[in-house]
Amino acid sequence: METVNPGYYLLIAAALFSIGLAIVVIKRHAIMVLMGIELMLNAVNLNLIAFSQYDPDRLQGQMLALFVMIVAAAETAIALAIILQLHRHFNTVQLDEINDLKK
Amino acid sequence: MVQLIFILFALLTLGSALAVLLTRNVLYAAFFLLITLLGVAGLFVLAGADFLAVSQIMIYVGGVLVLIIFGVMLTHKQQPEQTASTKPNYILTRHRGWFWPLLVAVGLFAALYSVLIRANFVMFSREAVWQPTPAIIGKQLMTEFSVPFEIAGVLLLVALIGAATIAAASRPTPTNHGNR
Repeated sequence: METVNPGYYLLIAAALFSIGLAIVVIKRHAIMVLMGIELMLNAVNLNLIAFSQYDPDRLQGQMLALFVMIVAAAETAIALAIILQLHRHFNTVQLDEINDLKK
Repeated sequence: MVQLIFILFALLTLGSALAVLLTRNVLYAAFFLLITLLGVAGLFVLAGADFLAVSQIMIYVGGVLVLIIFGVMLTHKQQPEQTASTKPNYILTRHRGWFWPLLVAVGLFAALYSVLIRANFVMFSREAVWQPTPAIIGKQLMTEFSVPFEIAGVLLLVALIGAATIAAASRPTPTNHGNR
């Protein structure tokens, strides 16, 4: 099977990471920020896997990508629980309006 | 042929990621994120990671995205002017100024692009191997990566209990009477 030049994977991952960073910085909704973080994690995974196809015996890149996915799932669950509590306390999830430690 | 499919998946991924950036509606963004994650799964397959592509679909599309959509629904406050049931109820996000964030993001991409264009990875001169990976990944999980594997299991358990505890409604203060 012919393969794609792996440089393109790195370029796509760089673009995806930049878009994720822009989402994290621009959006004010807490869940949108979470989505941007997911995009950045996916970009990193793409990099790891692009390198991992040249390491067929140990597949270290793919193993690391697997653990990144596990940690990302745990992170999303905790973050959404925190966002739910934020919504209960402040009645909003727009991050700029949440500026008190206690209310 | 493979190049064509690769370009298709790359356009799908980057296009819907841009749509997540540009749309104001949080729910639309969640669905564009779904397309992005599916595109990344396709790229995983083309890079020879079949097991990870399936895990990507199962974990992200099946788990994380459903969780995100639940979060959007649960934290949504109905706008008073949208109470008429005939009107669609938009869940909107607000934006900051576009200039500086876009400058940072485009600058980061330009820096990475210039580095990647000039980089010469020795690894890429080898021949890529396309093989079924689940057997190797299973072997690796049981031998070389067994400790991280166990830690990941404990981490998931802790995250599950922690999320349930944090998200639980604040329980009423315990009273002395009525020990049921």
